Amino acid sequence: MSLIIRNGRVVDPSSGIDAQQDVWIADGRIHKVGKALKVPAGVEVIDAASKVVCPGFIDMHVHLREPGFEYKETIASGTRAAAAGGFTAVACMANTFPVNDNRAVTDYILARAKVEGVVRVYPIGAVTRNLEGKQLAEMAEQAEAGCVAFSDDGQCVMNAELYRRAMEYALPFGTPVISHAEDCHLAHDAPMHEGIVSTELGLSGQPGAAEDVMVARDIILAELTGAHLHIAHISTAGAVRLVRDARARGVRVTAEVTPHHLLLTDDAVRSYDPNVKMAPPLRTKRDVEACLEALVDGTIDCVATDHAPHALAEKEGEFAEAANGIVGLETAVPLLLDRLVRPGVLDLPTLVTRLSAAPARLLGLPGGTLAPGAGADVTILDLEQPWSVNPAAFQSRGRNTPFAGFTGTGAPWMTLVGGVKVTP
Amino acid sequence: MGWKRKDLLGMQDLDATEITDVLDTAASMKEIATREIKKVPTLRGKTVVNLFYESSTRTRTSFEIAGKWLSADVINFSASGSSAEKGESLLDTARNIEAMSPDVVVVRHRASGAPALLARHLRCGVINAGDGAHEHPTQALLDLMTIREKKGHLEGLNVTIVGDVAHSRVARSDIFGMRKMGITVTVAGPPTLIPAQCQELGVKVSHRLEEAIAHADVIMMLRLQHERMQGGFIPSIREYSRVWGLSLARLAPCRPDVLIMHPGPVNRGVELAPEVADSRYSVILEQVSNGVAVRMAVLYLLAGSKKA
Repeated sequence: MSLIIRNGRVVDPSSGIDAQQDVWIADGRIHKVGKALKVPAGVEVIDAASKVVCPGFIDMHVHLREPGFEYKETIASGTRAAAAGGFTAVACMANTFPVNDNRAVTDYILARAKVEGVVRVYPIGAVTRNLEGKQLAEMAEQAEAGCVAFSDDGQCVMNAELYRRAMEYALPFGTPVISHAEDCHLAHDAPMHEGIVSTELGLSGQPGAAEDVMVARDIILAELTGAHLHIAHISTAGAVRLVRDARARGVRVTAEVTPHHLLLTDDAVRSYDPNVKMAPPLRTKRDVEACLEALVDGTIDCVATDHAPHALAEKEGEFAEAANGIVGLETAVPLLLDRLVRPGVLDLPTLVTRLSAAPARLLGLPGGTLAPGAGADVTILDLEQPWSVNPAAFQSRGRNTPFAGFTGTGAPWMTLVGGVKVTP
Repeated sequence: MGWKRKDLLGMQDLDATEITDVLDTAASMKEIATREIKKVPTLRGKTVVNLFYESSTRTRTSFEIAGKWLSADVINFSASGSSAEKGESLLDTARNIEAMSPDVVVVRHRASGAPALLARHLRCGVINAGDGAHEHPTQALLDLMTIREKKGHLEGLNVTIVGDVAHSRVARSDIFGMRKMGITVTVAGPPTLIPAQCQELGVKVSHRLEEAIAHADVIMMLRLQHERMQGGFIPSIREYSRVWGLSLARLAPCRPDVLIMHPGPVNRGVELAPEVADSRYSVILEQVSNGVAVRMAVLYLLAGSKKA
């Protein structure tokens, strides 16, 4: 079983390639990358002229909702959404029901993914049992079963002592601990960012300090333990500064940012549309600019969507009572291509790195490269493809996006996982 | 005269001309209250639904009287004892009410933005009778009406709003409305009860009562919710009252013609000393009377001017 992707612009920063080349795939692996490759007759040809051929994109922060919340999303629908959005692998958070805090749940997720998943699925295990922040989850067995990181995402582990122990305990597995950095007292369940917009709208606001305080604490704990700390969905200028300073000191801290925290501000909440409600909340222009700058300079390692599907009834009522989170798998790449790459805020190879090699490196995954021998996970982009966001056409069961009706140019064109075409 | 708008959601949406329209209309409505037969046929055949998710005596009654004096059929729907208690969502309740073809829905809800949500989904007019800490536009309109009556004009006046501005929808609507009418607004209270970046609303912020009220033409005292201690906003009602309560002694250095206002219900002895509430400075009961006139005006402008 062999195929060749002909004449695309191959952008593989991990191999230092940005040139028009062919990518020859054999037996599910990258066989050879080069100009005008000669292949035997019978090899399937994909004509990628005027397309961009990249290592498969990896979204290290999604909520697949299965087991327990299949009415929001399933591993089948979530991975179809990933493939449609140009992702060949996802790492799924532990806040399922039951929580992925033990090997049985990890095994279940991987078994379902094997049967129904169309992209690679890497589970992230809980740090504490039932995400309660009281007792460590069985991380060693979970790591053995295939968890690639540990996080209580959705909740912050408020007990610093316990979090310190979690970081230490995870050291031998070589897995990062992913922090949902939100001081729950400072955030006090406020549904939006605190500032002039919350003041005008009469919604209670949480200050950016709710995130900064916890990022600072976690950096200090990472320094104490030597653990690899990864900051999920970083969203404030303050947190960015803390991460930048810590890295300069040599602390093992990495960070991800979501497309919505790069593209929207709390101004969007003026609509009271629950589809702009998420944790952390949309911040100010200053925060957006700091996140963009950090994404460009590498202080922020990667983009992750925090894909958080919900049922319509959970996202159509009163703002303060609506569920947190938005879907992102099917909008991320088009939005980033149109809003960041097209105007020159971020160059294409850097975006490709932030979406492939970087998350692979952070989680210790194979992939993120088109080097010969690597699994043939490939994302092909069409930079001239016009698009408009139509939630009704999503593969995801979630329709909760603030980007409905947005239009732009540049979208994923084809996704291959292990050398097999999964979309279109 | 008539309004093109379908809804009245907040003072932030209105311009000065629209505000003046309401105040002028309300002034003419006020005469009806002095008649022996307090009824005009203006809204005959129209249906007004009072949809109140928070308990309210004053505002609900005020809207009810306003509707009835204009000959509308007014139906009160309160959340307790209704389908809302059985878990029906706000939108479903609203859709059900709309199926009964009302002309105007007057809504009060604890969630900021709830009236905006209803307005997006309902064909009929929506009047915001108070949403969370967001807006309470008819209160601001009746405040403006009362001030204009007493002072003869609005532009150039100094109004000081004292107390829990952070959690007050009245304060927000007053600020938005008063700024549009050329009033200089000062807000005063402990920093914990002043919302973030409040100055950007175009108001002065003061943390000293004496300084804040020294030159005021109007002092608007806000109600202090007793549960504010739990949130850590103030240490005790006792201390709040000592520092921020308005007494006759504190009023002594103020302008002799200063007006004391309060959106009600008053916590006597907390934000207002009883003798202040009953003093010649107080126009609290005029506010209530004007409330009916303003709500008649708003109902008329929204429902009366539209041809069925």
